[in-house]
Amino acid sequence: MQSQATYNYKVVRQFAVMTVIWGIVGMLVGVIIAAQLVWPELNVHEWLSYGRLRPLHTNAVIFAFGGCALFATSYFAVQRTSHAPLFAPGLAAFTFWGWQLIIVLAAVSLPLGLTSGKEYAELEWPIDILITLVWVSYAVVFFGTIAKRTISHIYVANWFFGGFILTVAVLHLVNSAAIPVTLFKSYSAYAGVQDAMVQWWYGHNAVGFFLTAGFLGMMYYFVPKQAGRPVYSYRLSVVHFWALIFTYMWAGPHHLHFTALPDWTQSVGMIFSLILLAPSWGGMINGIMTLSGAWHKLRDDPILKFMITSLSFYGMSTFEGPMMSIKTVNALSHYTDWTVGHVHSGALGWVAMISIGSIYYLLPRLFGKPEMASKKLIEVHFWVATIGVVLYIASMWIAGVMQGLMWRATNVDGTLTYSFVESVKATYPFWTIRLLGGLLFLSGMLIMAYNMFLTMAGGKAVNAPVLAPAAAH
Amino acid sequence: MDINDLRSLFTVLAFVAFIGIVWWAYSDRRKKTYDEAAMLPLDDDSPFVPSAPQVTKDQERKSS
Repeated sequence: MQSQATYNYKVVRQFAVMTVIWGIVGMLVGVIIAAQLVWPELNVHEWLSYGRLRPLHTNAVIFAFGGCALFATSYFAVQRTSHAPLFAPGLAAFTFWGWQLIIVLAAVSLPLGLTSGKEYAELEWPIDILITLVWVSYAVVFFGTIAKRTISHIYVANWFFGGFILTVAVLHLVNSAAIPVTLFKSYSAYAGVQDAMVQWWYGHNAVGFFLTAGFLGMMYYFVPKQAGRPVYSYRLSVVHFWALIFTYMWAGPHHLHFTALPDWTQSVGMIFSLILLAPSWGGMINGIMTLSGAWHKLRDDPILKFMITSLSFYGMSTFEGPMMSIKTVNALSHYTDWTVGHVHSGALGWVAMISIGSIYYLLPRLFGKPEMASKKLIEVHFWVATIGVVLYIASMWIAGVMQGLMWRATNVDGTLTYSFVESVKATYPFWTIRLLGGLLFLSGMLIMAYNMFLTMAGGKAVNAPVLAPAAAH
Repeated sequence: MDINDLRSLFTVLAFVAFIGIVWWAYSDRRKKTYDEAAMLPLDDDSPFVPSAPQVTKDQERKSS
């Protein structure tokens, strides 16, 4: 009886395919706004102007690309490690269609200029309510599946996915609290510096839980899978989880250094950001060391290359982040392109690469193929993407430090050495290099889409059978 | 007692709780459970071929 039951792969398949599609869309918008910085004439219409496309880019890559990747991988991992098909499949289907509707609404409303003006939470209140409905359904499906598991232990990846789902629900509810004035306009429920603090408590935890905890769940399932080895230290993974949960919540104030936020709050934010280095690196080492004794697999497995490179970028950006949170360093880096470089080292290097690796793992299994149609193209994708990220972050580092130094330079009589526009002019070459890096990364996604459609062609959608509880021993 | 004393107390308690978790995770009692848990994603693997849906429980067992 049990052997006839199959896992619900349909919703995983839908989200996996949309991950690639939204990845292309979101990164294309990123490339367009990067080009607008180099050639301002490209701001052809108010709907397509930099100020409106920039939030569309961030929403598309974080919530459409990253979000779909998280839905796909969490639904896959939770079923397989629980030896139980998804709880409430109808609700799971609702999370897919609801999430796609939210993305489409974002893609329409943001260019029209409908925004609540909160970074990474720009969507207006009716869309916020829809997000809440989808997210609660996601939680019901995920935790319902865990509740009906036939394995007593809850695998660590599910702890990370669960932590991410729960925290994002709280963050979204608190930060999106607003007073609607019309259907398209609302004002934040908070005012002044409290509003700023709530916003960056949300903003940094969006990084910490949406863009980190969820993707760490991905790492703890898909890296051992692709390497064919159990995680390096399961004990460390447990400590990693709780250390992250205990510290990430307090790091937000580092986004508000040298503002009206009380000084002690800034210091708390800085100290917790510094402490975060420990769990971040513990997790990174745990992921990379999973390969210990099997390093040779890196040589000819491009999917594993994506995963291990993503962990290297995770290590790099989680070292850079705490350093940038130190007030004296922040005095140089804040408001410059260094921040943009840091974000993309995390977003492209870590988040996108671990997602790409995991989706490459998933696609053939979801479409009944032994492997991706072309391994060679995965290899090409890997190198194109890696060179793209390196160009992107190196140019932004140089540009950022240069801007910071130019803005703080003073003459002997105390006047500023450079006007702002001089720093803009000096940045043009680096913006061009960044555009090239972004273009390369986008090309990699197009290669992935081609490979995906090749793999899907002639393949049959499959649902693997649910494993018996005894299979684990 | 001032509310700030309570806040300090909470911070200390959170820290103690975390140390407790570390001690618990690294205690010998947990070793067997964790060794088994670490194998969870690997044990459930099935040979991925176009006929995957037809893979029976017995074949599944042999492969794991």
